[in-house]
This record gives sequence, structure tokens and C-alpha cells, in this order.
Amino acid sequence: MTDATATISKGRSLWSDAWARLKANRMATASLIYLALVAVACLLGPMFTGHEFTKQYPSYVRVPPSLEPYPKLEALDAEVKAIVNKSRLNLKEWHEEGGRFFITVTSAKPIDERVTRYIDRSDSFDDAKVEGKSADGMELTMSAGVQQLHFYLGTDVSGRDLLTRTLMAGRVSLAVGLLAGFVAVVIGVIYGAVSGFLGGKTDEVMMRIVDILYALPFTFFVIMLVVFFGRNFILMFIAIGAVLWLDMSRIVRGQTLSLKRQEYVQAAEALGVPASGILRRHIIPNMLGPIIIYLTLLVPQVIILESFLSYLGLGVQEPMSSWGVQISQGAHNMQGAAYLLIVPSFFLTSTLFALNFIGDGLRDALDPKDR
Amino acid sequence: MFNYVLRRLLTAIPTLFLIITISFFLMHVAPGGPFNMEKGIPPEVKANIERVFHLDQPVWRQYLEYLNNLLHGDLGPSYVMLNFSVKELFAIGLKVSVTLGASALTLALVVGIAMGVIAALRQNQIADYSVISLATAGSTIPTFVIAPLIQLIFGLMWRLLPVGGWNDGAFPNMVGPIITLALPQLATISRLMRGSMIEALHAHHIRTAKAMGLSDFSVVVRHAMRGALLPIISYAGPAAAQLITGSIIVETIFQIPGIGRYFIDAALNRDYTIVMGTVVVIAVFTIFFNLVVDLLYAVIDPRVRYD
Repeated sequence: MTDATATISKGRSLWSDAWARLKANRMATASLIYLALVAVACLLGPMFTGHEFTKQYPSYVRVPPSLEPYPKLEALDAEVKAIVNKSRLNLKEWHEEGGRFFITVTSAKPIDERVTRYIDRSDSFDDAKVEGKSADGMELTMSAGVQQLHFYLGTDVSGRDLLTRTLMAGRVSLAVGLLAGFVAVVIGVIYGAVSGFLGGKTDEVMMRIVDILYALPFTFFVIMLVVFFGRNFILMFIAIGAVLWLDMSRIVRGQTLSLKRQEYVQAAEALGVPASGILRRHIIPNMLGPIIIYLTLLVPQVIILESFLSYLGLGVQEPMSSWGVQISQGAHNMQGAAYLLIVPSFFLTSTLFALNFIGDGLRDALDPKDR
Repeated sequence: MFNYVLRRLLTAIPTLFLIITISFFLMHVAPGGPFNMEKGIPPEVKANIERVFHLDQPVWRQYLEYLNNLLHGDLGPSYVMLNFSVKELFAIGLKVSVTLGASALTLALVVGIAMGVIAALRQNQIADYSVISLATAGSTIPTFVIAPLIQLIFGLMWRLLPVGGWNDGAFPNMVGPIITLALPQLATISRLMRGSMIEALHAHHIRTAKAMGLSDFSVVVRHAMRGALLPIISYAGPAAAQLITGSIIVETIFQIPGIGRYFIDAALNRDYTIVMGTVVVIAVFTIFFNLVVDLLYAVIDPRVRYD
């Protein structure tokens, strides 16, 4: 007796089956991990890069990506000369000692000690102090600490850290993708389910409306909406969501229609299960597969559409950024600074690839007919 | 056949009408007008200008007038590029967009179909995998990433092509835009072709043709490809309409004076007539190409008849 109960293994649900199939798909698993990394990096990364995403460093405009800290030693020579020049003094000599810079300047007149603030004002130095002064006051030695900054991916045209900005932009792009995708799915599911569930004349009218909407040149409508009604974040969601729900509604309607005629649904009806129970137990779980697949394929579409609008200057506005905005700025400034284009393009494209592979993987995993 | 075409054209009219109506009211409900941004013009002058263009009339009246003009083939004057009618501007812009779009479509069709056939014939071999990879890349990487990269690599680094501009349709100026336009279409076409070709090669009539001793070439080109082309044709219709009416993004990036550029500039400047004109032109092209697709179906597939 006890032996028999011990050998009864736990039944496998459709979902655990699908999950096992998804895990077996190496491309999809790798993409899932990559996407999670990107999401975590975008969410938490900006706190650890050491730069505010709006902070501009006038001394470091368009510096290329580098693992070494800025400022570089050879650049410091020019920087020191520029500072001394600006303060209308003559440079006698400068040297580095124990991580601090010692600058000796001379002048024809006695030097005001407040010249140290010229040094502090530079992005390269901080903590400037007067070390010594000659008796006549015409020679002054100052010391200053070097402010070491890391720009792993360089800086943009305004001297802002590109890594921080790219991660911040990623937040926007991913958030828009998820939210607008969600909006489109919700509208599409409700519309399609109502149409399919009610059937008859209502179904016919509702689907005719979808047919007409399909005929509209939609890119143009989104642009018109955004241009005419202001560059508003919320409006962009609505515009994008309103464009992309059509496919979803068709898919859901088809599913609902075919599920309604399944024998197990009829059996449930015959057993007296109320409509809400049938929806909850049979219709919705069976529709979740296609909905999830479509959502993962919708998110990249939304991200592309948002980036496209942002590229044209119609989407996200400064100081916020999205990958589309960054690519646009990079394309305008790529001469001599190709990384400005390549960095955001890489983030956007790799994310799109990952999303597509996950979508394909999910389709294989969740669609039992396709096996 | 004639009846079918007529019926299709008749059903296109309400669609077109709806598109025009929605666009027109959407545009006029929006705040701002074509002459609002000009600084320092006295209100009387502005009122005068608006009277000339009938913009002082109630919207429904302007709408009826626009429909009436449209029925007479008049798209109206441009409000921003004064002294030009929309028709004149479109004559210039459409030529540019059609040249680019048609070249891109031809390239995408020829290369895409060839790649799809090769992949299907060499299924699960290196050629097949390369085609699949290219197709995945082409359909995943967005146009606004590909276009600046082409400018960067071929324009700035290797200096083989001009970075942008139209230059009266000089060939080097067209290469970048054509490749950018063709790549995503090429990706989809090759994938579609591969799928339908694999299916077609397993069909009974192909086995019969092989058994009868026909040459491989004849089997592939005359028998398998004919059936396999159907999905390509239904895809190519809307794609053609889309390509020919100009791509907003490609024309913006490469600074090409086509219809897509007109639309963006016009929308930003509230140039109502050009915005409406673009919508009408695109809708007409879409309807036209869908009709062409359906007719081509009957030519290629003898099972399809429109009686």
C-alpha cells in the first residue's frame, strides 16, 4: 500500500511542461539571462556609476571610452596651462608629488591668494590650497588634488557620462515597451474576448471596425497625434497602445471562438458551471499562452516605435533620454566620436535580439500544436 | 474579372472616405494652425491670410470644401511653401520616393527570393544558416540604427559614399537609402520564401516532376517556385505601397526630399493640405497595390478565379 502511494509521481501541468521546454532552448535561456542583466543594470546601475545623469563636465566633452581614469597626465599639462592663463599669471613650473599637484606661478604684481578658485573650478582638480608664498608676494605655490573620474563609455556632446545616460535611457525604453505593450494587450484582449464571446451581429460589427482601422496608415497617425497634441509621455503611451492592439484583438477573438466550441467547455456548461467559472477555469488559462507570446513580440515593436518617435524628436524630451534619443544624438555627432552612436545602438539592438529570441522560444514552448 | 475589379474599387471608396474624414478632423481639432507661429504679424493681417485660405470658415465647411476639391483632383495650395500647390510639390517628392522605393523593392525581391530558394535547397547547411542569421538580423535591427551605421562606415570612415543628400538622384547618393530600405524587406522575403519553398518541394507534383526525369533546374524554377511565390506576392503588395510612398525615417536620416520628409515637416508646421495630401496618396497606393496583389494571384495560381 505504502509502496504504491510513494511511486505516484506529481502530475506535470502544462506550465511546468512549457517551462521545461523553454529551459531546453539555449538561445531563449541566454536571452532571458541577458535581458534580466540589462534590466537590473538599467534599474540599479545609475546609482553606482558615480555620475548624475544630468551632470555636465565641461572639461570632458566627447571624451572617448576608457578604462583608465580621467584626467590623463598629458591632458593635465594643457589643463594647468589653461588655468594659469585664465588667471593672468605666469607658470613657473608644476610637478606631481604623492597624488597632489604643485603649481608655482609668478606675476609682476603681488598675487591674490583667491586665485586658487580658478583651480577648483576645473573638473580635473579639487581641494586647492596655498602652499607657500615668496616674500614679495609675486610668486605663489599652490597644491591641488586630482579629481579622478571614470568614463567607461566616454561622455556625450554636453560632457555627460554616457554609461549613466545609456542606463537611464534604458529605463525609459524598457518601461515604455512594457507599459505600452501592456496597454495594447489589455485593449486587445478585452475587445477580442468580448467580440468572440458575444458573437453574432456584435462580433461582425466589432471586427469590421478592426478591419477599417487596419486600413489606416498608422505610423502617420501616431506622428499626427504626437505632433498635434503635444510631446507628452502619457499621450505617447496611448498613441502606441492604440496602434498595436489590433493584432491582439484578432488573435484573442479567434481563440475565444474556437475555445467556446470545445467539448470540455460544453461539458462544463452541461454540468451547470456558471459563465464566470468557465471563463476562469477554461477560457482564460487557455488563452494565456498566445497572449504571453504576443506580448513578448509586442514589446520590441513598442520599443522600436518609441525610439523611432524619439529619433524624430517627437518622443522623450531632455533631460530625460531614451535609446532612440541617444541614437539620434549619436548619429548627429558621430564624426570623430563613433562610440556615441555605437553604444546606444548596441544596447537597443541586443535587447531587441534578446526579446525576439525569448518570443520565439516561448512560442515553441507554449504552442503544443507546433511540436 | 472586370466585375471583380469594379467591386473592389467600389469597396475602396468608403475606406478612403473614412481615412480622409478621420485625418481631417483629427488635424483640425488639434491646437495651433499654419499661421499661428509667425511672430509679429498683426491680427488683421493674419485674419486676412486665413480668409484667403478659407481657414476662417467653420471646420465642417472646410471639410466639405476639401472633399469637393479632392473630387476634382485638387489637393489645394501649400500653406507653408507659398506659391506652390500640393500637387506640384508631390510631383517632385513622389518622383524621388518612387525611384528609391521601387529600386529597394526590386533589390529586396530579387535577392530575397534567391536567398530563400538557396536556403530551402540547402536546408540545415551553412548556406541555410547564413540566410537565417541575415534574415533575423535584418528584421531585428531597426532602420534608424542601420542607416546611421551605413553613413558612419561607408560615408565617414571609408569615404565610399556621400553621407546624405539627394544630388538630383546621383547613383552614389541612392546606395545608402536603397540598402537601408531594402534590408528589412529582404529579411522577411527570404524567410517567407524559404518556408514556402521547403513546403513546395515536398508537394506531390514536384515528386511527379522529378520522377518524370525533369532537370533539377526545371523542377525548382518552373514547378516549385511558382507555387512558393504566392506568399511573397501577398507580402510584397503592402510592402510596395509602404516603400514607394517614402520612408519617413530613411528620408530624414539621409536628407532626401521625398514624401516622407514632406509629411514630417508639414505635420510640424501644421501645413494641413500637405498632411492630408500625404495621407490620401498613401491610402490610394495601399488600396491599389492590394488590388494588384489579388489580381496577380489569379495569374500565378490557376485555382484562384474571380468570377
